Amino acid sequence: MTTTLPSYDDVVARYEPVIGLETHVELGTRTKMFCGCPTDFGGEPNTRVCPVCLGLPGSLPVVNKAAVEATIRIGLALNCSIADWCRFARKNYFYPDMPKNFQISQYDEPLCVDGYLDVEVNGETVRIGIERVHMEEDTGKTLHVGGATGRIHGATESLVDYNRAGIPLVEIVTKPIPGTGELAPEVARAYVTELRDVIRSLGVSDVRMEEGSLRCDVNTSLNLPGQEWGTRTETKNVNSLRSVERAVRSEMLRQASVLDAGGRITQETRHFQEDTGDTRPGRSKETATDYRYFPEPDLVPIAPDPAWVAELKAALPELPRVHRRRLQEQWGLSDLDMQSVLNAGAVELIEQTVAAGATPAAARKWWLGELSRRANETGVELVDVGATPEQVAELQGLVDAGKLNDKLARTVLEGVVAGEGSPTEVMTSRNLEVVSDTGALTAAVDEAIAANPDIADKIRSGKVAAAGALVGAVMKTTRGQADAKTVRELILARLGA
Amino acid sequence: MAAISREEVAHLARLSRLAVTEEELDTFAGQLDVILQAVAQVGKVAAADIPPTSHSVPLTNVLREDVETPCLTPEEALSGAPDVDQQRFRVPRILNEDLAS
Repeated sequence: MTTTLPSYDDVVARYEPVIGLETHVELGTRTKMFCGCPTDFGGEPNTRVCPVCLGLPGSLPVVNKAAVEATIRIGLALNCSIADWCRFARKNYFYPDMPKNFQISQYDEPLCVDGYLDVEVNGETVRIGIERVHMEEDTGKTLHVGGATGRIHGATESLVDYNRAGIPLVEIVTKPIPGTGELAPEVARAYVTELRDVIRSLGVSDVRMEEGSLRCDVNTSLNLPGQEWGTRTETKNVNSLRSVERAVRSEMLRQASVLDAGGRITQETRHFQEDTGDTRPGRSKETATDYRYFPEPDLVPIAPDPAWVAELKAALPELPRVHRRRLQEQWGLSDLDMQSVLNAGAVELIEQTVAAGATPAAARKWWLGELSRRANETGVELVDVGATPEQVAELQGLVDAGKLNDKLARTVLEGVVAGEGSPTEVMTSRNLEVVSDTGALTAAVDEAIAANPDIADKIRSGKVAAAGALVGAVMKTTRGQADAKTVRELILARLGA
Repeated sequence: MAAISREEVAHLARLSRLAVTEEELDTFAGQLDVILQAVAQVGKVAAADIPPTSHSVPLTNVLREDVETPCLTPEEALSGAPDVDQQRFRVPRILNEDLAS
């Protein structure tokens, strides 16, 4: 097989991609799906387990009502129909991440079906069809030992912690998404981003990809124009929004190179490699029919009362898309400006900064300017850049109060991002406050006048524009910590101009 | 015609991680076939308007509130484990089995 990949432009000129996404969301319920064990992140191994989630003989699962409610709310937010009757199913497999040797899931009767989610890509709305939203339980964590760096390959044994086994999981599956062409990677990313925001707005999960409470599998296939869809691969281990985009792109390139060489795509599970950005084949999986799904005998069907569903629908919060429209109006932004706020992942940050007292313009300036630049440089999401909305609002407050000028404020922000404390603390500890002591300022002004008699004469004779040079001199002696406007006024006053 | 083939029994045995000998395959295929044929009798009397029964009790929506209940201690949880290491269940290597299946 050839190892040189064709260029992306070349691939999208000759092939049409079809993508699909399967997303798992860990719900933020207090207890597990089928038992009362707590779900908190972390904890010593095997301290949050009971006979039910350990699958001990004689134990019986009971469904968590809050998890059903959260799943229905997710379904409603994704414009799905809610089933009036559905069952759980056993998915049988032998892998020690589940102590029961099966996972309780839903199979042919999901709780929510046939919805959609509108996402925006390059200013255009793309409607992503939602096939199903169903309930299941998370698996335990396996620690592979004896091999290289904790990987399953070459491991001699595995150690299992079942704290996570049984945590409520919601799986959201899109319909196949054809017709996105070269934008396929961006559409995939935009979908996961929007889905994350929708679920966060519902308050049913913290949806943090890096902690695994939002996990995404990416399906990709290529076909020649006018021909049937190609064989798809499923890429797992996609742990960030950026990786979603990269995974689709790299899989498109890989498949194109296989097809170009006359090869065939194998339907398989592949693993995304964060470091190289490509995908590698994963373990071969028992096929769908081999899971021997059958209705879970220990759980009776779920039949949501239509009145309850209607109540949940009426109580849905404002969804992110609508919310963004409202903010855009409040902030007085053009579609283009709003798009750049969105692309930067700054909507909520700006909103919170405004809530903390800054004007929309000032909040946008800091998040899209200095902080976005820094986030890009360090390769982190804006939300993790190291400054909070409260700190940004406080910083702007110091500027507005005349204690910091723009340049000093940027230096203070650097200190804040470096973890030196709040803006006020950084300003004080680094001694960055604007010199407002008129005595000290006057002395600096007099010094500048004495050092530049020619310029002083010019100003005395009415050439006010020449004051700029003296302002510069004063700013230099005060290490930029004076307010330029005040300095200028002082100079003009001292020289009687 | 047999309701289940010898190959299907072998496949199920493999999925279930059961070591079944060649002789046992013959025995079990025959026995399972008898069982399946007996169960198929039920299918004959079930009319189209009778949905398959998955639960014998006419109940729906047996739900519990999202309230914590006490867990086992790790010692209790691990007391029945064949092997334990670092407060975790210790299991044999996984990958070989996967490749075999």
